[in-house]
Amino acid sequence: MTAPDRTSAPAIEFDGVTFTYAGGTRALDGLDLRIEPGETVAIVGQNGSGKSTLVKHLNGLLRPDSGRVLLDGRDVRPVHAARLAALAGLAFQNPDRQLFAGNVRSEVEFGPRNLGVRGRDLDARVGAALEAVGLAGELETNAYDMGYSRRKLLAIASVLAMRTPILILDEPTTGQDARGVALVGGLVEAAAAEGRTVIAVSHDMRFAAERFGRVVVMRAGRVVVDGTPAEVFAEKRWPELRAANLEPPLPAVAGARLGLGSTPTDAALVAAVRARNR
Amino acid sequence: MSLDLAAVRYRYAGSMSVALGPLDLSLEPGQVVGVAGANESGKTTLCLAASGMAPAVVGGHLDGAVEIDGVAASTLRPHELAQRCGLLFQRAATQLTHTTATVFEEVGFGPCNLSLARDDVVARVWWALAALGIEDLAPRDPTRLSGGQGQLVALAAVLALRPKYLILDEPTSELDPAGTGLVADGLVRAARETGAGILLVEHKTDVLARIADRMIVLDRGGVALAGPAAAVLGDDRLVELGVEPPARVRLARDLRAAGLDLTPDLAGALE
Repeated sequence: MTAPDRTSAPAIEFDGVTFTYAGGTRALDGLDLRIEPGETVAIVGQNGSGKSTLVKHLNGLLRPDSGRVLLDGRDVRPVHAARLAALAGLAFQNPDRQLFAGNVRSEVEFGPRNLGVRGRDLDARVGAALEAVGLAGELETNAYDMGYSRRKLLAIASVLAMRTPILILDEPTTGQDARGVALVGGLVEAAAAEGRTVIAVSHDMRFAAERFGRVVVMRAGRVVVDGTPAEVFAEKRWPELRAANLEPPLPAVAGARLGLGSTPTDAALVAAVRARNR
Repeated sequence: MSLDLAAVRYRYAGSMSVALGPLDLSLEPGQVVGVAGANESGKTTLCLAASGMAPAVVGGHLDGAVEIDGVAASTLRPHELAQRCGLLFQRAATQLTHTTATVFEEVGFGPCNLSLARDDVVARVWWALAALGIEDLAPRDPTRLSGGQGQLVALAAVLALRPKYLILDEPTSELDPAGTGLVADGLVRAARETGAGILLVEHKTDVLARIADRMIVLDRGGVALAGPAAAVLGDDRLVELGVEPPARVRLARDLRAAGLDLTPDLAGALE
């Protein structure tokens, strides 16, 4: 594989991927999934359904037992993890498994430094990433003096600074207050506007419905529902959602009760009610 | 009988600024008191102070009084404190002992240390696992659980101690909606069956709407709103305090803001 093209994201394909952890837990079970460049995809599913395992296959942290993970049609198995890391940046579910440096600056510098970025370009990237997560001015702060929610934002910033064509966020809204959730949603949309592929694992159905073009529902290591938020949260899909231990968001439920079709977001429900009243 | 904080102010070690307070709070057995607030508003610090961890374990300086059933928390020894007041950390994974081979042993670790009879320990472990609907995890290796499963196991370990007061710092943060529902129901059941008083820090206001009796909203370490949960969750100031209102409140507000009357059919659809 040649040096990664930083300007465009590769298409991602999981082809019959199976992965079993030492100890026997089968996390992925013949997973098939294709993600086109520039898509925004929320991966939802119950705890233990394989969501985090899936995304760890994208940056080389895990390798399939069988089946293949392909980027632009090429198997990633022989590709060195450092190469994959330049293509796909992953912000961990638990920031404490990701953060290690003494202060905020060295934490955020680490990724781009490994990509060969130095000097002013490095400073600019670090500054922009911290600005994006609302941590500008915290350069010299010790990460462990920050509360959990800010450490989580710091972990996201350190991945943003790598400017990878594929951005992966594992439960980015966990522990965030209303402003934090809105901030992370804005990051997703900004990355998408730059043509990057954004993949987020989430338990927050509202976040998935409002900020992503596509929702993928996982259950027991496979994809069971896949489509736009309006398709996935439509009433006819509820039995499958509930079998995957998920509940449709309230506006979807209210829209269905009122016979207004699939209204997965507050905005969609308001629009549908307005159209009905007209 | 109650857990009381009176005129509490707390500073972390090495910090000049007050992280919490001045604050008064009372938690009675059988009652669920919800705590919401923006990030860095003092929620975790409140958990540390109310459970006696701050300053005893984490250092810092506390003014005012924290009393558990009339006894100053600062005078209780760690094992006495643990039986009165159970604390679930925000990072549940940091709470696992990493000394046990199975979830069953992990949840039994605390009760074993209370020198209970073996049958008693076993009964408590099954009760705690059942309260959260995770009996099937009993034989699993506690270090090989998903984030959400680990969180449920850590909560079960706290429940198994059957403390009189439970201080829970975002117990559902990594849980799927079904797991969140299980925890909410499990807490209500635990409060009813053991008479425990529960202080519940939670960003998910839908959970608070479902189970909290009373609520406070923190802002910069102080109490910005307090009262019956339904009243606090319907308060217009919630958003500016960085707290997401429950979905029903938010949707009703969105509809009204769009100039749409909340007719009975609409209101009914939001129930």
